[in-house]
Amino acid sequence: MTMEFFINDILYPLLNVVGVLVGAIGFGAVTIWIERRMLGVWQDRLGPNRIGPLGIGQVVADMIKIFFKEDWIPPFSDKVIFVIAPTIIMCVAMISFAVIPITPEIGVADDLNIGLLFFLAMMALGVYSALLGGFASDNKLSLLGTVRAAAQSVGYEVYMGLSLMGVVMLADSFSIRDIVEAQEDMWFVIPQFFGFLVFAIAGMAESHRAPFDIPEAETELAAGFHTEYSGMKFGMFFVGEYVGVVLASLMMAVLFFGGWHGPFLPPLVWIFLKTLFFVLFFILVRSVLPRPRYDQLMAFGWKVMLPLSLANLVITAGIVLAMAD
Amino acid sequence: MNTEAASKTSQDNSVNELAKENTTVGGLFERFGDASFTVQPTADEIPTLWVSRDDAHQVLGHLKSEIDNPYSMLYDLTGIDERQRQNRAGQPASEFTTVYHLISPERNEDIRIKVPLQDSDLKINTISDLWPAANWYEREAYDMFGIDFEGHPNLTRILCPSHWQGHPLRKEHPTRATDMEDYVLTQERVAREQEALRIDPEALGIAGDSDRDTDYMYLNLGPNHPSAHGAFRIILKLDGEEIVEAIPEIGYHHRGVEKIGERQSWHSFIPYTDRIDYVAGVMNNLPYVLSVEKLAGIVVPERVEVIRVMLSEMSRILSHLLFYGTVSQDLGLMSPTIYLFNDREKLYKIIEAITGGRQHPSWFRIGGVAHDLPIGWQELVRDFLAYMPGRMDEYEKIIMQNAVVKQRTRGISAFTTADAMDWSITGPMLRATGSDWDIRKKRPYSGYDKFDFEVPTGVNGDIYDRVVMRAEEIRQSLRIIQQCMDNMPEGPYKADHKLTTPPPKERTMQDIETLIQHFTNVSWGPVIPAGEACIPIEATKGMNGYYLISDGNTSSYRTRIRTPSFIHLQMIPFMCKGLMIADLIAILAGIDYVMADVDR
Repeated sequence: MTMEFFINDILYPLLNVVGVLVGAIGFGAVTIWIERRMLGVWQDRLGPNRIGPLGIGQVVADMIKIFFKEDWIPPFSDKVIFVIAPTIIMCVAMISFAVIPITPEIGVADDLNIGLLFFLAMMALGVYSALLGGFASDNKLSLLGTVRAAAQSVGYEVYMGLSLMGVVMLADSFSIRDIVEAQEDMWFVIPQFFGFLVFAIAGMAESHRAPFDIPEAETELAAGFHTEYSGMKFGMFFVGEYVGVVLASLMMAVLFFGGWHGPFLPPLVWIFLKTLFFVLFFILVRSVLPRPRYDQLMAFGWKVMLPLSLANLVITAGIVLAMAD
Repeated sequence: MNTEAASKTSQDNSVNELAKENTTVGGLFERFGDASFTVQPTADEIPTLWVSRDDAHQVLGHLKSEIDNPYSMLYDLTGIDERQRQNRAGQPASEFTTVYHLISPERNEDIRIKVPLQDSDLKINTISDLWPAANWYEREAYDMFGIDFEGHPNLTRILCPSHWQGHPLRKEHPTRATDMEDYVLTQERVAREQEALRIDPEALGIAGDSDRDTDYMYLNLGPNHPSAHGAFRIILKLDGEEIVEAIPEIGYHHRGVEKIGERQSWHSFIPYTDRIDYVAGVMNNLPYVLSVEKLAGIVVPERVEVIRVMLSEMSRILSHLLFYGTVSQDLGLMSPTIYLFNDREKLYKIIEAITGGRQHPSWFRIGGVAHDLPIGWQELVRDFLAYMPGRMDEYEKIIMQNAVVKQRTRGISAFTTADAMDWSITGPMLRATGSDWDIRKKRPYSGYDKFDFEVPTGVNGDIYDRVVMRAEEIRQSLRIIQQCMDNMPEGPYKADHKLTTPPPKERTMQDIETLIQHFTNVSWGPVIPAGEACIPIEATKGMNGYYLISDGNTSSYRTRIRTPSFIHLQMIPFMCKGLMIADLIAILAGIDYVMADVDR
């Protein structure tokens, strides 16, 4: 009795939690290596290939370097907020993984009945990292980056949420586990293709990835909101970005591509492969697209993406209502 | 004394009569009277007229706007410290001379106006009201010589820091750091330098309006900024992200190459030229050696001309490929940069095989080149010529046809040919406005008239057209290299002239005269005959020219380096007003400048 209780209610959930957490961070870290190697492939160069087999030790080496760097806080900054800001992006990205079902067995709080809303709420909180970090730096380039981040997040979160409502209607639930189970026969990418497009673009914008990296915009603002950051605090922004990439890729796989569903292979392999595919997609986009100007990006969001997601929402709602009769 | 003066006058008259054959000079004599001018013969045969200080502004204004086919471009403006010059017979007494070099693209003619000034009264009226481009030139002349341009809107130092003591190009100013007081970087000095960098909107004349509710932001873009392409600072006055005012600040890369030119021997200055526009390699040597050869009267063999053209066009491709890559990088498109670097590497391999160097080969010599072409060079060049056009088509697709690139560059910072003339803009930026001003065609030097190539011209003069110009010029350069390879003449690789080629070593063992000749040539270097010459070339970024004055010595008396980048940067405030920071980055990339070429 006690042994069974221990295994079912303590050990198993604990393994689950630790597994998801380590898996997320690990995948995020490996994504850094994947990106550098894949960019190398696509750009006719080698990428890091010296440390360990295929250069995979590069991530470890970089981590060691970043831990041992001087932990410098600018004397003119708002010190408390300056320290807190980078932790926010890490925390919200980690917590978001809690509501995502990885396989039928693996998942922390994946049956939460407002799982999707929780995910969106966490995404919305994530922008505070850029906002507070930029403002606390008291640097003009950071300030410009922060203003850009705020404007971009406001715009892109609106239709990130709207793009998912079609999925919610089809699955008739906010629980992400229900959404995955509803895709057993047909992946939602087919009825919700435009929803997927909008979500993919919004996901890229949320993680400040090129070509949506205008809050950082290296060639314009040096490093935007994290110009003043170095050492591990910069490392958190950096890893946070990659965990965000994994999160967005996982969400695409879960919400639109049937999650763990797939023939022959075990569910864990399927979800891994699907996520990896979208991670590679993110990297490919980065290597081929230039960065639009800030106002052009905003205009694209409000004038193209928002109407598209609204139209998608209305049409889906109409069809769902018609089918229900 | 009297007879001397009389002979001088009669000589003047004959020179004057000869000069009047030039219609512009004839017109000037008619308009202002013979007495106003003194004609000076120069080695480069550009009409050179001395004008008194009082007439200068009027004469220049006349040349700019009162004649048909006017001299619309102020190509160069600089000073000369004449106080130690020995060979200046027939020239009016002058301690400091201001030199104005004008170009009329319609006439395809130049004119040089010189104004004598005395050290005790070193003042002259500004011409920045005639040409906006004169602003920086006059600031430079003030900085270097202390010439006071009266009526100049902002006569401050431009290349040296504001607290610099003395004026570097005056002959009494020390040339080397070892001749100066030891440089110690104390804490106070650091603090003072830091304080000098602080932006003071009031002092810069960019303070906000008092009747506005919101403040402006003053942003310091540089001197260390990823897109400043070197140590370059732009002070921005921003309304949100919109640029209200921009003040470019240069000089962080100033090494005093013009001063070094007065110290090095004629030959040993060649490596310094490589480091002016450091992405264009040997092409930098060309205007220098051409000017020296003009002074010395050296005519180079045909093979040398063709080798020089081939290497120069390779340098042009190198520079334009870097431009093409950085422009896409600055727009956030990261991959092409690396493809283009791979292609540059292929070209560097060829340059290395031919010259032994890569970025700074310093390979041209006065009267020739350093060695003959290596055996098997044709295969290397042929492979590259077969490889490159296909790559150019690919870049066309991934860069020029990209919708976001078009959105970012079309219609941004467009200006007209007339604006370009006012601001002394040359090179691809000028041709993007529709002008076909390319001196390879207009005044073929080094045998460019024997090559079949086209000069691409644009329509809109915006950033997009500027990129198109460079892409097209790469294709044209490939054509020229092809022709060089197909028609490489046989013959010696250096001129048989006593000022450039030492006598054969075997003969120095036979007689003392040859030995002495050899010894002086390789120890002191040649003595170039006194005179003045400037042969501008079409460099990668615009017109590059070395205005050399020889006083009959083993080194130059005055080396004036007119680079395109310096004067192009002056136009930034005009180009970016009302646009956003992201546009400014695209504009900077589109100018294609190298800070070493700006500051020298």
